[in-house]
Amino acid sequence: MLFGISRELIVHLVIIGVVFFALQITAAVLVYMERKVAAVIQERYGPYLVGPKGLMQPLADILKLIMKEELRPKGADVVLFYAAPILSATAAFAAFAVIPFGADTTFFGFLDSPIHLAAADVNVGLLVIFAISSMGVYGVVLAGWASNSKYSLLGGLRSSAQMISYELAYGLSFAAVILLAGSLSLRGIVDLQDGYWFGVIPRWYLFLQPFGFLIYLIAGVAETNRAPFDFPEAEQELVAGYHTEYSSMSFALFFLAEYVNMATVAAVATDLFLGGWHGPFPLPAGFEWIWFLVKVFAILFFYIWMRWTLPRYRYDQLMEFGWKWLLPAAVLNLLVTAGAVIYMGW
Amino acid sequence: MDAISFWILATILVLASVLVVGQRNPMHSVFLLILSFAALAGLYILLGAPFAAMIQVIVYVGAIMVLFLFVVMLLNAPTEEATSGDRIRRMFGAGPRHFGAVLSAVFAVELALALIRLASMPMPSADRGAPVATVYDIGLRLFHDYGFAFEATSVLILVAMVGAIVLARREAR
Repeated sequence: MLFGISRELIVHLVIIGVVFFALQITAAVLVYMERKVAAVIQERYGPYLVGPKGLMQPLADILKLIMKEELRPKGADVVLFYAAPILSATAAFAAFAVIPFGADTTFFGFLDSPIHLAAADVNVGLLVIFAISSMGVYGVVLAGWASNSKYSLLGGLRSSAQMISYELAYGLSFAAVILLAGSLSLRGIVDLQDGYWFGVIPRWYLFLQPFGFLIYLIAGVAETNRAPFDFPEAEQELVAGYHTEYSSMSFALFFLAEYVNMATVAAVATDLFLGGWHGPFPLPAGFEWIWFLVKVFAILFFYIWMRWTLPRYRYDQLMEFGWKWLLPAAVLNLLVTAGAVIYMGW
Repeated sequence: MDAISFWILATILVLASVLVVGQRNPMHSVFLLILSFAALAGLYILLGAPFAAMIQVIVYVGAIMVLFLFVVMLLNAPTEEATSGDRIRRMFGAGPRHFGAVLSAVFAVELALALIRLASMPMPSADRGAPVATVYDIGLRLFHDYGFAFEATSVLILVAMVGAIVLARREAR
């Protein structure tokens, strides 16, 4: 005890702070990564002027955005126009709060009893993530409507239609894992993936749910509005979609929200399908979170790779794919999983 | 702590609900309604029902209000014009509105009676150690004990959906 503050409280506050800043740094790293990977794929150099190898480029971008003038279109709804980016960013950060990212630890003896590594440990964690990610759509719709611009409105409408359509497949791919684990707690699901089959293959749900993982990845890309599903901001048609009219820090908040959402989707995939912090070989106690980080960035790299490899779908193809292929596939996957759980005792 | 949270959430809930009715811009109404749903979810958490809270957010905020929003945006509902003195006359003039007034009066009386009875009833103790309803329990109740009612409700909703599509569909030929 220190001035009446327990060590647990200090650790909890530190974890919350670390998660918050780590997410912002992740977003900055992702911006750099995106530009560098895109450059490699397109045989360009990418950013290389600011700092060594262009590493300071995200910082320069942020500075530029802060310096810019905050513009508001004539006829925009003042309250909703400014509420939209805040809502987007808040939802993005809030969803990450319930994601566990490391094994229980005492911080090398600092604490008497081990605590969970997560900003908030909730036993209905998966539902919280699902609920908050369904709130994220409002930021986009709101921005589209409040801007009083036809490009923004079209972008916002498209995005809400897309997010509703793919949320179903997204949720059903969760459900198959919930069935296998018999738990809604992300920590519980990760703990069940500890150990190895035949002493070599890690017990990840990826191997029991290969289709579930695929459906999750596809629906996750659509949920975060990234290529090849980046209709809300299809540049050729809609200028920049829902954030056409935003500038300066309001734009930066949308940008931040997009990358934080990507990180959340990747982190949930890691916890649900890739065993969280359980790796192919164990790391020393207290460093398990490194596995988590490696896997999250592997998935993020995959997303960036996909963006610069695949062209955008057509809008009707997107809807057809979502409703006629992805959703039935997810339902089938759920049914087969349920059968396996009941009759084969998985 | 719980009491403070309750009063904050309750204030938001009541204020937002009242303001929903008072908005001229339907878009603002929709967002105030979302706010009140979110506050209600917070109250569920305080009551020790996190599952109900999350379902409240997923179903009402995540699905139903998005559809509301869609309708408001696609129909481009205009902002209500500010009306002058004849507003009150209009409100009580039309027959349906008369009916509405009677209905709300009945409802108000009912609510008052319920509150009076509630005051004389013993309140459940605010014991935080009491077991909360788990997802497992709810699932068992819903699909086992109340299985028939559940299925009947879903058939009802399906019928309503098919009916809506039949009514809204334009004839091909």
